Amino acid sequence: MDPFGRFLADLIPLFNDMPAWLAITITGLIAGTLLLVFMAVFALFAVYLERKVSAHMQDRLGPMEVGGWHGWAQTIADAVKLLAKEDLIPKNVDRILFKAAPMLVFGATTAAFGALPFSADLIPADMNIGLLYILAVSSLVVIGILMAGWSSNNKWSLYGAMRAAAQIVSYEIPIALSLLVAVVIVGSLNMSDLVRFQDGTIFDWIFLKYYGLGFIAFIIYFVASLAEVNRTPFDLPEAESELVAGFHTEYSGMRFAMFFLAEYANMFLVAAIATSVFLGGWLPPFPVLDFIPGAVWFVGKSLFLVFIQMWLRWTLPRLRVDQLMYTCWKVLTPFSFAVLMIVATLIII
Amino acid sequence: MAQYFRNIYETIATVLIGMGVTFRHLFTKSVTLQYPREQRELPSGTRQKLFVNIDDCIGCLQCEKACPVSCITIETIKAEKDEDLGETSNGKKKRMYLTRFDIDMAKCCYCADCVFPCPTECIYMVPEFDFATYDRNDLVFRFSNLSDEKHKELIEREKAKEAAKQQPPEAN
Repeated sequence: MDPFGRFLADLIPLFNDMPAWLAITITGLIAGTLLLVFMAVFALFAVYLERKVSAHMQDRLGPMEVGGWHGWAQTIADAVKLLAKEDLIPKNVDRILFKAAPMLVFGATTAAFGALPFSADLIPADMNIGLLYILAVSSLVVIGILMAGWSSNNKWSLYGAMRAAAQIVSYEIPIALSLLVAVVIVGSLNMSDLVRFQDGTIFDWIFLKYYGLGFIAFIIYFVASLAEVNRTPFDLPEAESELVAGFHTEYSGMRFAMFFLAEYANMFLVAAIATSVFLGGWLPPFPVLDFIPGAVWFVGKSLFLVFIQMWLRWTLPRLRVDQLMYTCWKVLTPFSFAVLMIVATLIII
Repeated sequence: MAQYFRNIYETIATVLIGMGVTFRHLFTKSVTLQYPREQRELPSGTRQKLFVNIDDCIGCLQCEKACPVSCITIETIKAEKDEDLGETSNGKKKRMYLTRFDIDMAKCCYCADCVFPCPTECIYMVPEFDFATYDRNDLVFRFSNLSDEKHKELIEREKAKEAAKQQPPEAN
């Protein structure tokens, strides 16, 4: 049984008496519900954080009214507004694809969340190919985006979708290569093995290993992951000033909210992968801090990376398409190859 | 090749500099004023809402005549000889009952031309600018402070006078 199943069985002894198929179904349902709630709450929090960070970086205040203290309920109010909005589908869209696209994007993101190691016990699905699974499933997002853009029957949407496809497919290569560095060091694709390997102090984490090569791999992964989730400076697929809103131009109300939720959940997803592969996952930086639960460390580190994503977004302008491709093919890919080769050689020696 | 590495170095360096700038701004005091609760003090010459100190008004109609958009409407009734309406604060004798002194701020063009001719300086602008309403009629500000009974009484008296003028006194 999965670690999460064992964790639940320890918590509720009733699980041990059930037939295995029922126990697995129930644990799966519980894990899925928890993940959905986590994603929704995280998206609300992250949107609020983004607005506050952007506001303060521009010497503004951001939302200050709804809910009293510093406008903490603003995003909740916005979410309720989006839920209550009219469900509008333009006349000339491909209705089936148009409706399926947000579900696919959202579903792929949720599925990838299932393999994240929140702590030693809280891994909804502890697979021996966890990292590969996450990369594979989260790549489905690009199909959803392409579906949304194409079915919208709108030139802005199509441009956005084409850019998204080109960008995400290109940047998957440096992402995979930089993660391979860690995989080569650890010798496993299992997410919890990747984390357990880094047990010890902060200096055992992969991003500080192999004479700075781990750090280069981490930076390459981080930069490429920004492009993977369409964040500034790589937000060409939804560039407001050029493409209205990119692939989700024609979406409104609930369907737009699903894209938005998936986008913010994806931000957390790439930050969480970076956390568990390079930054020691649920492990504290020093064993002294062991009394704080692992999930807090994991979410805390991921939130810190999400904050850096926001920080970059409100610092840098958008790249041109050719600069985007240059960065990927002429800088990130060769560097990640070089790092991978050197690390592999060092390991063999 | 050297240019390639220099470009990478410059990219990283400038991105870090930019991040430093934004990080500093994260902790600087924001310039936003929470408007309805905090308000900036406006310069002294600002032209805003009109106000009439009706106790000082002598009903000379100078402001009404000066108004380029006719937003001031004044109606007066002359006091009787034996009535004493008191004096204004700068010593002018008041001779008129002001039955009506309306300013339609919806029409007002904020030129302040009415402020200067006033001999008793009783019409002036007060520092208040956020008086938007849902009904345009709410923007008509009425400054006459006569009570309803007094108003009625004065109007009847005026009617009686009028009637007396129309009908020449009968010979007796």
